Amino acid sequence: MSVGSPQVARRQPSRRSAELLLLGCAWSLGVLSTLQVGWATGEGTPSRLWVTVGVVGALALVMHLVVRLKARYADPVLLPVATLLTILGLVMIYRIDVASAQRAERNSAPQPTPDVYAQLTWFAIAVVLFVAVLILVNDHRRLQRYTYSFGLLGLILLVLPLAPIIGTTVNGATLWVRIGGFSFQPAEAAKILLTLFFAGYLVVKRDSLALVRSKFLGLGFPQIRDLGPLIIAWVVSLGVLVFERDLGTSLLFFGLFITMLYIATQRRSWLILGSIFFTIGALLAYQFFEHVRNRVSVWLDPWSYADTSGYQIVQSLYGFANGGIMGAGLGQGFPNFVPFANTDFIVAAIGEELGLTGMFALLLLYAVLIERGLRTAVSVRDSFGQLLAAGLSITLALQVFVIVGGVTRLIPLTGLTTPFLSYGGSSLVANWVIVALLLRISDRARRPEIYQIDADDALTQVVRRL
Amino acid sequence: MSRQIRRIGVVLALMLVALLVNITVIQVVLARDYRERPGNQRLLLAEYDRERGPILVGANPAARSVETGNTLRYLRTYDDGPLYAPITGFYSLIYGATGLERTENRVLTGKSDLFFVDRLSQLFAGRQAVGGAVTTTIFPAAQEAAFKGLKGKVGAVFAIEPSTGRILASVQSPSFDPNLLTSQDPEAIRAYYEVLKSDPAKPLLNRPIVALNPPGSTFKIVTAAAALASGLYTPDSILPGPASYRLPLSTSELNNWNRKECGPDGKVTLKQALAISCNTAFAWLGVQLGDEALRKQAELMGFDTSFQIPLKAATSRFPAELDAPQTALSAIGQFEVRATAMQMAMVGAAIGNNGVTMQPYLVQEVRGPDLAILQTTEPTRFADAMTPLNAAQLTEMMVNVVENGTGSNAQISGVRVAGKTGTAETDNERPAVAWFVAFAPAKSPKVAVAVVIEESGATEISGNGLAAPIAREVMKAVLR
Repeated sequence: MSVGSPQVARRQPSRRSAELLLLGCAWSLGVLSTLQVGWATGEGTPSRLWVTVGVVGALALVMHLVVRLKARYADPVLLPVATLLTILGLVMIYRIDVASAQRAERNSAPQPTPDVYAQLTWFAIAVVLFVAVLILVNDHRRLQRYTYSFGLLGLILLVLPLAPIIGTTVNGATLWVRIGGFSFQPAEAAKILLTLFFAGYLVVKRDSLALVRSKFLGLGFPQIRDLGPLIIAWVVSLGVLVFERDLGTSLLFFGLFITMLYIATQRRSWLILGSIFFTIGALLAYQFFEHVRNRVSVWLDPWSYADTSGYQIVQSLYGFANGGIMGAGLGQGFPNFVPFANTDFIVAAIGEELGLTGMFALLLLYAVLIERGLRTAVSVRDSFGQLLAAGLSITLALQVFVIVGGVTRLIPLTGLTTPFLSYGGSSLVANWVIVALLLRISDRARRPEIYQIDADDALTQVVRRL
Repeated sequence: MSRQIRRIGVVLALMLVALLVNITVIQVVLARDYRERPGNQRLLLAEYDRERGPILVGANPAARSVETGNTLRYLRTYDDGPLYAPITGFYSLIYGATGLERTENRVLTGKSDLFFVDRLSQLFAGRQAVGGAVTTTIFPAAQEAAFKGLKGKVGAVFAIEPSTGRILASVQSPSFDPNLLTSQDPEAIRAYYEVLKSDPAKPLLNRPIVALNPPGSTFKIVTAAAALASGLYTPDSILPGPASYRLPLSTSELNNWNRKECGPDGKVTLKQALAISCNTAFAWLGVQLGDEALRKQAELMGFDTSFQIPLKAATSRFPAELDAPQTALSAIGQFEVRATAMQMAMVGAAIGNNGVTMQPYLVQEVRGPDLAILQTTEPTRFADAMTPLNAAQLTEMMVNVVENGTGSNAQISGVRVAGKTGTAETDNERPAVAWFVAFAPAKSPKVAVAVVIEESGATEISGNGLAAPIAREVMKAVLR
């Protein structure tokens, strides 16, 4: 800003109208693809189509309005991209519902309950939480006050599935909690709480953690005493792996912690130490746990296990191959050949029906979302906000990488939900809370500190206290 | 901290690239391999999920898709599999497609540009294309007669309508059952295919249009046509027809089949030489005419051209650059002259059609899914092979073959039949090949037919004995 004659702050455009336009595009895309699924599968125009797309449109509009009122300067791309991903997920879940219904009909089996309405309900709940976060959290820096409460709560949620009675094991992994008829994956909530905890904790501790006490191979390494937090994170991650048999969550937490530690301390030695710990943990797990060994051998040679433990991954690869470059077309593949098509393997369904083209588009949507998150992290001025935004973005990125890499056999398969796409409430709600937090931080990052009430009345300025 | 965040951003970008590269490898490079893996049912299902258009013979389908009611929705079915196998070919998910199933695939799957309007609406609905129908030119009774005649032999029959080039019959023996290659059991398909492949009689070979054999004496009608075309000879021209003919520039002797002179004092008319299939006279004639003239005549009748009917036929050959003894042997359809049954049927058809060679074709019409005719094949003139006058004279000479000469088994009461026998030496390991080429009625014929018998188990091998009766039955079936 120039000093001297009346200061005219550049009026920061809020870009809310662009956001609305993008939301409209996302919604239209959803309507068209739903119609295509209906027509291509021979179901005709989906029943309750207008109710469904109406609800989705209304939810998107509500979110937009809340952002307009409560986070006026927030990034305009985050909300539409997340909405488009959610809509794409709803379309694929509907698609797989249709496939299951048609298969049941052919086999004269009872009709399965469609999942798409449940997912839509979860979306509504996610929007409620999204709105709540934006309204209740006026300033993300306030969250720093509750650092240890978040940490404790996150840890409790993480081990909750191990608790008697309410803990539930599904498909070998103990990551569900069931209370009454209601079940959820606490790890999804824990992932946000622990990111909040890491951010708050590291902001305070980063100076001591950054202290170099010894040098080795030209790199400064921290004191043994300061290794405490790293070892705790490592042990907790291993614990999740061993007791809950949840490879994905374990990987996600450890990766998140290490990268946040690196960002906070600006010391590469933490990355190296982290990698060493990771390698040791991985080797130990491979040595001592049958299910880890099994995952690795299926990864190396799925064809030998094509009818047993490699069935999913092999069917997933067949789906991708069937899709080819252009895809089989929405409604024209065999997505339900892959078990858990609408949860862990929803990406395989997309790869089959939308092809390589669709996969590129999908991954670029995630890339845009994550890039916007990281950009927010870079541009926000307070360290806590930086760490939090970076951490949340990294959570998303790691999760996408672990599940998409697993489903496409880039890395061993670990069960994780695909953010925004997978059927499942905990995951959808948690990811929308992440978006709300990112919007909140980006609003702060982009908000002009000085702004004019009236451009013509340039003599008067209001300096807004933040 | 911003710098660290940017570095992490770069790492995340690299991870994204890894994902993209990996997915590209799967969906582009490895896709084919994955699709064809034995355990992969998707391709099978996708193919069986759509109704493939029928291949019609007359009004009846030779190949059609039948709804099964199970997961594999449609099954390709061939009602008279072995009978029409040389025409329909097979449609196998493991071994691909052959025959019309292959050449007309775009029509049968509904992906042809002919269905532009249908495709457009399907595109908007994202629906599968619905297959169109292909109507063949095949005359079922002729096909059946030929199939019956070939039973137990190794050989082929090809019949054409001379005035148009429509293919009336294309039959082979041994044949195969395409139903067994399109079943829903991959193991059974593989087993059957292996059996077919290891069969020395090569049932998978499309014998009528692909098997090349020396045409032997049936080629004498080409030589006779060349002689008439030269203007130097008429049917009554006197030719030398000794019991044996010493090939020019060599010490080899060429004998008549009965080792007798073809006429009194070793002299014979052209007409009589054809009637009794006199080797020495035609060898001499060939040398007189020269290889150029023979080649030109042969090529006007379809030799040295590769035809797509639309199945790809093997190219029948009249060898290039012949010396005098080779020309002598070529004039009687030996040496390196090679012809398919289709080619010899075309020769007969050209003579019957006032000397005009017509392009042979197998697809009469292409119909849309609603059976509306979208395309009709129009007859196409291939070449003017003979003048009408010469054609008429040669026809009379061929009628004489059937009525008074070697082709007596082709006689049909009440119908004047023109024909020519042939017996060709291949090599010492294989028995001689028996041929018969004919058309009827002699004036404006409805059918021209070529029969080739490669193996029959008979001790006496002659065109009249083995091939002529089959030709007669095929012609009778058309004329009935």
